[in-house]
Amino acid sequence: MTHADTADSHTDSHTGSHAGSHAEPHSFWTKYVWSQDHKVIAIQYSLTAIAVGLVALVLSNLMRLQLGFPGAVSFIDPASYYQYVTMHGMIMVIYLLTALFLGGFGNYLIPLMVGARDMVFPYLNMLSYWVYLLAVVVLMAGFFVPGGPTGAGWTLYPPQAILPGTPGTEWGIVLMLTSLVIFIVAATMGGLNYVTTVLQARARGMTLLRMPLTVWGIFVASILALLAFPALFVSGVMMLFDKLLGTSFFMPAIVSMGQTLEHSGGSPVLFQHLFWFFGHPEVYIVALPAFGIISDLISTHARKNIFGYRMMVWAIVAIGGLSFVVWAHHMYVSGMNPYFGYFFATTTLIIAVPTAIKVYNWILTLWRGDIHLTVPMLFAIAFISTFVIGGLTGLFLGNVSVDIPLSDTYFVVAHFHMVMGVSPILAIFGGIYHWYPKVTGRMLDETLGKVHFWVTFLGTYAIYFPMHYLGFLGMPRRYYAYEGYEFIPASAQTLNAFITVAALIVGVCQLVFLFNLAWSAFRGKPAGANPWGATTLEWQTPDTPPKHGNWGAELPVVHRWAYDYSVPGAERDFIPQNVPQSVSPSEAPDADPAAWEGHA
Amino acid sequence: MNLLNALGTRPWLPEPAPPLRTGAVVPAATIGLRVLLAVIAVLFGLFVLALLVRAQLPDWQALAGVPDAALANTAPLWVNTALLALSSVALQAASSASRRGRTAATRLALAGAGLFALAFLAGQGWVWQQFVARGHFVASHPAASFFYLLTGLHGLHLAGGLIAWGRVTIRAWRATPDSPDPGVALCARYWHFLLVVWLVLFALLTSPPGTIATLAEWCGVR
Amino acid sequence: MALAIALILIVVASVLFHFVSPWWFTPIASNWDLLDDTIQVTLVITGAVFVAVNLFIAWAIIRYRHRPGQRAAYEPESPKLESGLTAVTTVGIVAMLAPGLYVYSDMINAPKDALIVEVLGQQWQWRFRFPGADGRLGVSDTRFMSGERPFGLDPDDPYGRDDVLVDSPELHLPLGKPVTLLLRSRDVLHNFYVPQFRAKMDLVPGTVSRFWLTPTRTGRFEILCAELCGIGHYNMRGYVIVEDEAAFHGWLATQPSFAQTLPATTAAALSLRR
Repeated sequence: MTHADTADSHTDSHTGSHAGSHAEPHSFWTKYVWSQDHKVIAIQYSLTAIAVGLVALVLSNLMRLQLGFPGAVSFIDPASYYQYVTMHGMIMVIYLLTALFLGGFGNYLIPLMVGARDMVFPYLNMLSYWVYLLAVVVLMAGFFVPGGPTGAGWTLYPPQAILPGTPGTEWGIVLMLTSLVIFIVAATMGGLNYVTTVLQARARGMTLLRMPLTVWGIFVASILALLAFPALFVSGVMMLFDKLLGTSFFMPAIVSMGQTLEHSGGSPVLFQHLFWFFGHPEVYIVALPAFGIISDLISTHARKNIFGYRMMVWAIVAIGGLSFVVWAHHMYVSGMNPYFGYFFATTTLIIAVPTAIKVYNWILTLWRGDIHLTVPMLFAIAFISTFVIGGLTGLFLGNVSVDIPLSDTYFVVAHFHMVMGVSPILAIFGGIYHWYPKVTGRMLDETLGKVHFWVTFLGTYAIYFPMHYLGFLGMPRRYYAYEGYEFIPASAQTLNAFITVAALIVGVCQLVFLFNLAWSAFRGKPAGANPWGATTLEWQTPDTPPKHGNWGAELPVVHRWAYDYSVPGAERDFIPQNVPQSVSPSEAPDADPAAWEGHA
Repeated sequence: MNLLNALGTRPWLPEPAPPLRTGAVVPAATIGLRVLLAVIAVLFGLFVLALLVRAQLPDWQALAGVPDAALANTAPLWVNTALLALSSVALQAASSASRRGRTAATRLALAGAGLFALAFLAGQGWVWQQFVARGHFVASHPAASFFYLLTGLHGLHLAGGLIAWGRVTIRAWRATPDSPDPGVALCARYWHFLLVVWLVLFALLTSPPGTIATLAEWCGVR
Repeated sequence: MALAIALILIVVASVLFHFVSPWWFTPIASNWDLLDDTIQVTLVITGAVFVAVNLFIAWAIIRYRHRPGQRAAYEPESPKLESGLTAVTTVGIVAMLAPGLYVYSDMINAPKDALIVEVLGQQWQWRFRFPGADGRLGVSDTRFMSGERPFGLDPDDPYGRDDVLVDSPELHLPLGKPVTLLLRSRDVLHNFYVPQFRAKMDLVPGTVSRFWLTPTRTGRFEILCAELCGIGHYNMRGYVIVEDEAAFHGWLATQPSFAQTLPATTAAALSLRR
């Protein structure tokens, strides 16, 4: 309602007459700090997310130290262990993955890939980042307040999350919930931008089905975020009321540590419904951008159009829609009405069908391709392998009766780390190795990249594959120690030590990646405008890295879909989206008039 | 363009580039507002569902429809509703005046809309005070908790709208008569939306227990 | 190329690991062996897909990796292939879902004559209650809970007076008799989990949740908490002892009834009032 000015400038930019309000800012502060350029904001988002993700990585290695070598690290007591568990989970899911995929990749790629000069609301975009940073600061403050951060588990289930007996119930939980509410505000500002930009600011000729799958993935994930985060907001605000004002939304009558509390009548299960109404779409908020990125990586580096593009788009849309009706598969043993189990098991297994289609189409893209095993391609193929494991184990946990013996065991830990930890992170790495040349104008070092790839890929397999078997054995998750349990053989401890060693190696190996990121920005091989020979618009910018406003004087015009690789009769094995049709004679409209009349 | 048609095309087949877009493009701010309203609708919808679930538990005391209910006297709420409706009407008037380039009328209507909105917020504050005075605190019983939560959140959304209203109003005072401000129409749309939200909340909060039970059944949470 | 070899090695190593792994389900001690079978079916189907997808990728890398002069095929889609794969997937999904739902409907419908036992959780210990001779559990509420009365039974409720209270984390169950566990918590969420029984369920304060099973093997099994319940979560231990019916009744007879736990004066006063 207050963005008439930006709307106007975009009316201009569609005519391509001038760059409107997108003049290059001059001072350092407006260029790099208070920047309204989507590319700078994307980098700000990405660096912040990576920084906070490193904290979470360290926390996970500390947890693994305790599990692999119980008691070896003296400062890890049960309270701090549970704080690490909680902060690791929440940071990774929300503050790293969500922020990096939407705020990082979404911000950088959407305007470039759809041929826009910037996001449609640049000021709001800048605000989104700063509010996100505030959320991160509030979250991190938890480490410095009395009692430390909350140790309620990332699911924050009441009543335990706000009662004594759990670490961080004085300040930590309040900071956590406050930070989440702030994050949701930031994500909503970002999401408004991403969705509106895709709907409104596409270049001429960029029809919806000419968009690259990366944009489709991020677009649908942004819609999911906009509609799902309110559920987390609702549950967070109501829990803050319960904690700070003594209401009883989620709090029944309780005798806690011998004290009868004032609360009465509330429903802890209501919280779980709200939380997972957010929490399950959240899985796809992370997965859909990864799906999109992987599709484009595989297509580009196999020099072949993505197989079954339309099915891929429909699958993204179908998964996005279905993701709102599967949430209670996280609650099969929660004490909810047991008849819900039939419904949610069915919807959950239905969602496996479009997901399987995506996997088939990725591997069918490799089939009869011209596979270049570049570093991004290595990560992309590794993604398929790890995602398949995570997806298949999801069929155990989605199927209500099979879930019951496995729920809350290490099988679940292995499953969700494979499906929404390892595989999205591999997609992020693949994406970074792929687009870094556009962002900086230089290539990431290939040797370092391969070292990083092999250790990360094989290491994560070593960590998570055996972990499923600890789950079959029945080892419950979120345990500080397993001493004295007779059903757990001593060999399980050996396996845990092995997993810990693998996790430490993978953790340390990420330093190679960070070094590569920093070193290559200055010393990397100059990349040129389009080092991979890719068709999508971001590789066709007049400058690399693209300048403020992206496109120089003229906006690009789109003449073809995003996947014209190895077109028969064409001279080169790719035709950029902004090359007119007449360039490839065999594809010209007059070759088959019936074809284009039918689809005009 | 029909979405289903768009999703059915075979994009790899050659197609002539679409003609230059002319005029009829929906402005970004309009689309952005639609998306925002959808998000806010989901937010309030989820709060309403939470209320319906919570209301099925045995300790729920309805705010209306039972003797001695906290909201037995709905007159002040009707007054507030009228104030919000007037604010909405005034903004609509401002929007059409702005479109016709009547600067003075736009300014007058905008000022009126702001005053009515502030009066609504003050009126809601007064109802809160009455609640407190009669011993219904936020933690007294779950219906009271929802009352404070929902009215408070609605008020915050209106307060946020007033920031936008402020910007539009300042622009209206500076504007030259021949440049209609599309922001006024967007403000009006947001106001109408918040009026509808308020009517829903008002109806829900003052529903007798039987109505709430029926609603819960319809929503499948009973 | 190295990646193709790596993928093949991963497949071989995974299959080998599966067959030599000493880490597997504990021997089952309840009637839910159908559930173990469903898991096996799921494992076979998903395992086959896992092997097939990885080997296909490895083969594709070997066969179609870049060589000078090579060019990829141009093939936007193949509706026939795609719908075929969709159909096969759907069949596989149904093959897993159908037995799953079949077992589930057993799991949520307890036999009418099942023995009733209440599990009461608190941070971080277990207690149990049997209904006594009248076969009905008495009313309980947090109002009636105190240090001496951890169960919170209503002293005025006649059904509660013969309830057998087990104020220790050791539960005995008779072999071969269906038992319904009613789960109740004083404070936060817990989860009653005996790995050998397979079935598990949360304890939710404010409500009573339930599940049922028939113990099929005598022995002493560990009870664990499987829902994070604070810093003592990993140490919320208990035991189930499954024994023949005579031994079970012998044990039950040694446990006090609610009336017996009341101080003599209170008990007398109560019987007078009635």
